[in-house]
Amino acid sequence: MNEGRREILQLVFVLVGIVFLIKLFFIQVLDNKYAELADSNAILRQVEYPFRGLISDRNGKLIVYNTPEYDVTVIQKDVKNFDSTRFCEVFQISREELRKRFLEMKARKEYSPVKPTLFIDQLSNEDFAKVQDRLDEFPGFYIEARTTRAYSTKALANALGYVSEISKDKLDSDEEKIYRQGDYIGQSGIESFYEEQLRGKRGVRFKLRNVKGVEKGSFKNGAYDTLSVPGQDLIASIDLDLQQYGEMLMRGKAGSIAAIEPSSGEVLALVSGPSYDPTLLTGKNYSSNFRLISNDSMKPLFNRPLMAQYRPGSIFKIAQAMSALQEGVITPETRFRCDKSLIGCHAGHDNQDLRGAIANSCNPYFFNVLRKMLNKNISSSPFEDTRIGLKEWNKHIHSFGFGKNLGIDLPNEKDGLIPTPEYYDRAYNNRPWKFSNIYSIAIGEGENLVVPIQMANFAATIANRGYYYVPHLIKSVGKNGKPLPQYLERHYTTIDSSYFKVAVDAMQQVVDAGTGQYRAHLADVVVCGKTGTVQNDPLPDHSVFIAFAPRDNPKIAIAVYVEDAGQGARAAASIASLMIEKYLYGKTKRQFIEDYVLAGKFLDKAR
Amino acid sequence: MRRDDDISGSLDWTTILLFMALVILGWLNIFAAIYDETANQTIWDLSLSSGRQLMFIAASAVIVLAIIIIDMRFYETFAYVFYGLILVVLFMVPLIGKEVGGNKAWIGIGSFGVQPSEFAKFITALAVAKFIGSVGFRMDNLRNQAILFALIGVPILLIQLQKDTGTALVFTSFVLVFYREGMSPFILIVGICAAFIFILTLLVPNQLFLHGAILVVLFILIYFGKKKLKRILILTIGALLISGVIESVDYAVNKVLKKHQRDRVMVLIDPDIDPLGVGWNVTQSKIAIGSGGFLGKGFLKGTQTKFDFVPKQSTDFIFCTIGEEFGWIGSLVVVALFVALMLRVVFLAERQKSRFARSYGYSVACILFFHFAINIGMTIGLFPVIGIPLPFFSYGGSSLWGFTILLFILLKLDAHRGEVLQRI
Repeated sequence: MNEGRREILQLVFVLVGIVFLIKLFFIQVLDNKYAELADSNAILRQVEYPFRGLISDRNGKLIVYNTPEYDVTVIQKDVKNFDSTRFCEVFQISREELRKRFLEMKARKEYSPVKPTLFIDQLSNEDFAKVQDRLDEFPGFYIEARTTRAYSTKALANALGYVSEISKDKLDSDEEKIYRQGDYIGQSGIESFYEEQLRGKRGVRFKLRNVKGVEKGSFKNGAYDTLSVPGQDLIASIDLDLQQYGEMLMRGKAGSIAAIEPSSGEVLALVSGPSYDPTLLTGKNYSSNFRLISNDSMKPLFNRPLMAQYRPGSIFKIAQAMSALQEGVITPETRFRCDKSLIGCHAGHDNQDLRGAIANSCNPYFFNVLRKMLNKNISSSPFEDTRIGLKEWNKHIHSFGFGKNLGIDLPNEKDGLIPTPEYYDRAYNNRPWKFSNIYSIAIGEGENLVVPIQMANFAATIANRGYYYVPHLIKSVGKNGKPLPQYLERHYTTIDSSYFKVAVDAMQQVVDAGTGQYRAHLADVVVCGKTGTVQNDPLPDHSVFIAFAPRDNPKIAIAVYVEDAGQGARAAASIASLMIEKYLYGKTKRQFIEDYVLAGKFLDKAR
Repeated sequence: MRRDDDISGSLDWTTILLFMALVILGWLNIFAAIYDETANQTIWDLSLSSGRQLMFIAASAVIVLAIIIIDMRFYETFAYVFYGLILVVLFMVPLIGKEVGGNKAWIGIGSFGVQPSEFAKFITALAVAKFIGSVGFRMDNLRNQAILFALIGVPILLIQLQKDTGTALVFTSFVLVFYREGMSPFILIVGICAAFIFILTLLVPNQLFLHGAILVVLFILIYFGKKKLKRILILTIGALLISGVIESVDYAVNKVLKKHQRDRVMVLIDPDIDPLGVGWNVTQSKIAIGSGGFLGKGFLKGTQTKFDFVPKQSTDFIFCTIGEEFGWIGSLVVVALFVALMLRVVFLAERQKSRFARSYGYSVACILFFHFAINIGMTIGLFPVIGIPLPFFSYGGSSLWGFTILLFILLKLDAHRGEVLQRI
């Protein structure tokens, strides 16, 4: 039954062999294109690095651009009559260093004497000018141009991030084989988050060279060349003037400023103090500078607006108020006595309604508010009752964007913490807990943690009367583009929009007549704000202020957090109002407030 | 009693000579592939691939001796035991293995890496041959066929878990053996058709044209053939099946395959699609081979195949060195040696008296054929880039030993064929 099958298989073996020989005959004998291409003496394959996308601010001011730098490469095979003394003279290196460079180069894994190998990297423009004319004295040495990042300002370093050579690990995990050794890649900030948009595509050129290695034009008029594709430009929502002003105000302080345009979620300024000079992380001295910056005890690489988790303090009372109104446990007219036996408070008010309680930041009032929310007598057990109440409370608080990272377009955004029943179960080792154990969350102390960008987003949510767009720094990918799609989506809180009027009224009162009046008030525009003074024993309190302005149709929402700077009404309120003034009018008129901030003596008793 | 005194006389020296020619040519080419004229190297240097390959060759000589000394019945008797063991090892590899070049197919023994999947080939061949040779085996029995496909399917699955698609594909070459042993050619034809449709789907940008063409063919067949309901039904179902395959290929290529795998297929159709990535490998490989011309540039005189102009120069792309330094004539010699070896193996297989030995022989031929066809086909741009070695040529101990064992078990069986009293 298997007649002829042996022959069929034999035939297949022979046929495949013949097909191979025919194909080989075509490419080896009939087609001389390959022989020409292979003539490596005549044709040089040159990689053309793409331009990385530029980043400009919302007013079209360039923030990040590219500047040329030059690598010296060597093809060992082409090196002839090498005059080392002359080489050292031209390139201004010692003989010892030259020897070291040769040894290092040959030890590299990818080293090959027939391929261009990196010899000296990152010559600056000036150095290049010096060696350019002398290069023909050293056959086998070539210049490869590529670009490095340059910055028009020292501001925004942490948000921008930096670019450096791709690491071994990254390279190994790059499944799509986009990168090669020696390629540059965004390492943090916008440079990392938008790497895909910024990087562009490499091109390759085939150039003709004569025996001396001098280029004689392109091979076959560039028929085999592929052009590099530049990366996409990004337009940041940052207002560079505002950003620089903010960084100036934060000089010498630890903390952050985050300013957002409420109607779009665009981040107007994102200041992290202390910061560093981004130019230090480009070019030749990258590694030594990086070590210096990352070992700095003030942690300039720690991007505070996104990564510092703090207790929110009194600003959190507004979220409590909104949740309680939504739950129906209070009305704006509800009054509680300022009973300091429940929880400490400061003097100057008694028996306030909701607006007054927010404006005067009355602690006992919000102790009562939270108790009404958590204990609604749904269950007869106080433990179970608190658990049910806390779940409802979680739902509302989470809807403001607390407790989970917002998803800003920067890496390493922290979650903060809003305690849930499960959290307390763990914290109390599954022993029962009830309202009296956890009441300090009522005034934004206790276990609550938020990051400054969440506070700014919170201010924007109140400014919008109940919704927010996820904050983002890039308003347009490409020249006339859009932000990434996730930033075009509105997120509504669980709170009815009508309740926000109370919050807005109260925040106006804070600035016009309450805790924030002296430094946050502006003459021609209604500013709404809320102070916070966060306990930080044994160090001085943290100073917190959130605000938005104008009251109607708000243009800017802001959160300022200054570490160890005492009352919220001082450092934070001053900085926030200066930022608002600067953004709305382009300049500030209140020199004395600016001087006060720059002097930085917020803890002094005298005003 | 058997006579073991002089086995060398009964060994098939034609095969051995072919084997030796291939191994030595391979060794020389590995040296050519890494040769650096400025570095004053010798082919014996143990720090170079060529020196290490010589060590591997020496070790395979020892293996050959061992195979010849061991009783011939050993291989058939323990075939299933080996098979079970290798499955366990293959299963363990992804758990304890180390990653080399994107595949987790290696296990380390000291400073030494071994690739168990290379040994799985001859072991699976033994198991398949033993099953085919077993009493009561009938190829037309569906249950037997299912067991055969399971025998090759399990190693395929386990090797695929190591992400070593190339080696996993090698096991499909057993289907040719089944065919020789009497399996209906239907499966083979379906497979070839599927591959044909696959390529066609990639070539034709809009599937509607293909569906249209199928419809036209269907109508012609119905119109001109016998108009029996059963026949029309079968034709229609067939056409629907093919259309389904086309859609699923489209889906598979765009959704299931990873980007780099898809690129490897697409590059066949248009090498310029990704001139810096996958296309670069194939283009460089073709430049190297093509620049060899008719007579080649001469031993060690190649310029393209040195170092990493062509990636994996001494392993998967070793054929480039032959093409460049020995030209078309050299390629002819190598291709001829391989074809001769495969034909010789078929000849040996056919003169076996036991079905076990014969189907083992065919397994050897088909595995060699698969490697030969895919590897050379890939270097000259006829197949997608699938990383499998060229037998006896490519640098690497596991691969060389695997093929040596594969071939010499057959020679051992052949040397004793006279002692087997078994009907076929």
